[in-house]
Amino acid sequence: MSSVAVTAQTAGEGAARAAARRRDRKAAGSATRRASWIVYALLGIVLLISIFPLYYTLLLGSSDPVEISRNAVPQWYPDLSLFTQFRTVIESTQINFWKALTNSVIIAVVVSAAVVLFSTLAGYSFAKLRFRGRGPLLVFVIATMAVPTQLGVIPMYILMSDLHWIGKLQAVIVPVLVSAFGVFWMTQYLSESLPYELIEAARVDGASMIRTFWSIALPAARPAAAMLGLFTFVQQWTNFFWPSIVLSSENPTLPLVVKSLQSNYFVDYSLVMGGVFLVTLPLLVIFAFVGKQLVAGIMQGAVKG
Amino acid sequence: MAVLTPQRSAPGSGAPQRESRRLGFSQRLGRWDVKLSPYLYISPFFILFAVTGLFPLAYTAYVSVHEWSLLGGQGDFVGLQNFVDVLNQPTFWKSLVNTLSIFVLSSVPQVIIAITIAALLDQNLRSATFWRMGVLIPYVVAPVAVSMIFGRLFADQYGLINSLLGLVGLDPIAWHGDRFASHVAIASIVNYRWIGYNALIFLAAMQAVPRDLYEAAVIDGAGRVRQFFSITVPQIRATIIFVVITSTIGGLQIFDEVRMYDATGLGGPDKNWMTTVLFLYDVAWGNQHSLGRASAVAWMLFLLIILIGFVNFLVTRQISTSGTDKKPKRKRITRGNA
Repeated sequence: MSSVAVTAQTAGEGAARAAARRRDRKAAGSATRRASWIVYALLGIVLLISIFPLYYTLLLGSSDPVEISRNAVPQWYPDLSLFTQFRTVIESTQINFWKALTNSVIIAVVVSAAVVLFSTLAGYSFAKLRFRGRGPLLVFVIATMAVPTQLGVIPMYILMSDLHWIGKLQAVIVPVLVSAFGVFWMTQYLSESLPYELIEAARVDGASMIRTFWSIALPAARPAAAMLGLFTFVQQWTNFFWPSIVLSSENPTLPLVVKSLQSNYFVDYSLVMGGVFLVTLPLLVIFAFVGKQLVAGIMQGAVKG
Repeated sequence: MAVLTPQRSAPGSGAPQRESRRLGFSQRLGRWDVKLSPYLYISPFFILFAVTGLFPLAYTAYVSVHEWSLLGGQGDFVGLQNFVDVLNQPTFWKSLVNTLSIFVLSSVPQVIIAITIAALLDQNLRSATFWRMGVLIPYVVAPVAVSMIFGRLFADQYGLINSLLGLVGLDPIAWHGDRFASHVAIASIVNYRWIGYNALIFLAAMQAVPRDLYEAAVIDGAGRVRQFFSITVPQIRATIIFVVITSTIGGLQIFDEVRMYDATGLGGPDKNWMTTVLFLYDVAWGNQHSLGRASAVAWMLFLLIILIGFVNFLVTRQISTSGTDKKPKRKRITRGNA
């Protein structure tokens, strides 16, 4: 469910709703009572189910492969033998782990930066500048969000192979440099949060158009841009379909590593699971730092690019 | 700068006396700056989108009416032969049924469980952010990794799920052998990743429900459950529709989960869990190596998604026009924010 468009009703209104909610909550004041222990217990179960598959991965990663094929729970706690699996995965010549990690970082960073920059530029233009054809063009952008463009994979593949880009990173990066959702999201945000007075003040002071964008619009867009960047990053990092078509195991991304683990070592389940955890780990670490922003982003409508 | 204000006719009419004066180079430059910049700023999106979004979609139609092999390249014009070939392949029809089955099994429980979790999160919780982050963890695990893990949990022999079923005295289920069981397992992979995510979307909607509605309900003697079904669910109807639409578009394009569900990754020996996108992959890069037929598949899937999207749209409009009580509230909230 990688690329799903968003409809006009949620995005942008999220922030307004949150504000309204805070007012309502304040008004209700002490009338709202604390949640009961049942709520915590149920949420605890949800949390356990969320975490358990990851824990189970660690468990299988530290178990003996023969034991795994005979027992669903070979042991209850992960142990240090996990690191043997990590080492084997990292040192394997069939896996190319470091290359995959580097590639994933490059793709996710470049695509996020490009999507944020192009979306902010276009969003600023749509939200704050007047020009001929603005309305129809914006409608066009919104309409394209509902079109499943990834169904154009065949011609895209033909194009990439004509350019001799098969197996190279640009084959993954170039097709996703812009996002209709990103443009829509930044347009919504900037039209609500950037006052015309600021732009006019900069223009009166003699700033050129691009200077105005750079020193007024870009800083104002920062919160929304950060969220757009985060979601694009996660989306690209976990993306599998298109990279699996144009990249090979010699020059993979991390999700492709999961595939080569499966095809090369499917008999050794503890190694496969150790590798799966290793592939998952970087984004989990990032999540520990930006999880709060992701939650806020989803709740304000920065969803799905 | 007058151009920047909402009035459209601003640049000329705003300063007529200046028109007569001869413009200096920098002023002329400034005027071009104002006129061209908006187009310049939107051009990266439109140029790149034309190349990477529109052109491939249109070109799919061209490829679909040609003989076109993966290695040999373009062949003869064959009219609708590729479409006929695809429609004559039983696997195509099987993949459509699989797709719809997995889609229903994933989206319906997904929405119901997500709303329930959102209702729990909507209580007055201590350390609310902790719980919200907790339900979002599955979102950052790549679908391919989730699928590998769940493939093991749902192993036919010595899988954890079957062991648990054994503990309560039930027979093991052939999660990879039985068609329907495999759909349940794959749907649970999809649900694992998206339930928490959708719960947060629902939570945001629930928090926008005016609290005085609940206070009135309490005075009228309504319990928690009654409040949930009579106030919460009707109030977040628009968001429910939104989530249903997005999960429709995504649910019809399931690939990662089924590709990694077994070691071969082509839908199992009887194609029991081959989805249409996986079929497209198989036709192009798997067994058939025919880009022409794959384009025909893409085109038909595209039409199916548009069709279902259109039905969704009609239903949405129906419901949003009948829910007249919603509109004034929305306006109030928006104005309050401005």
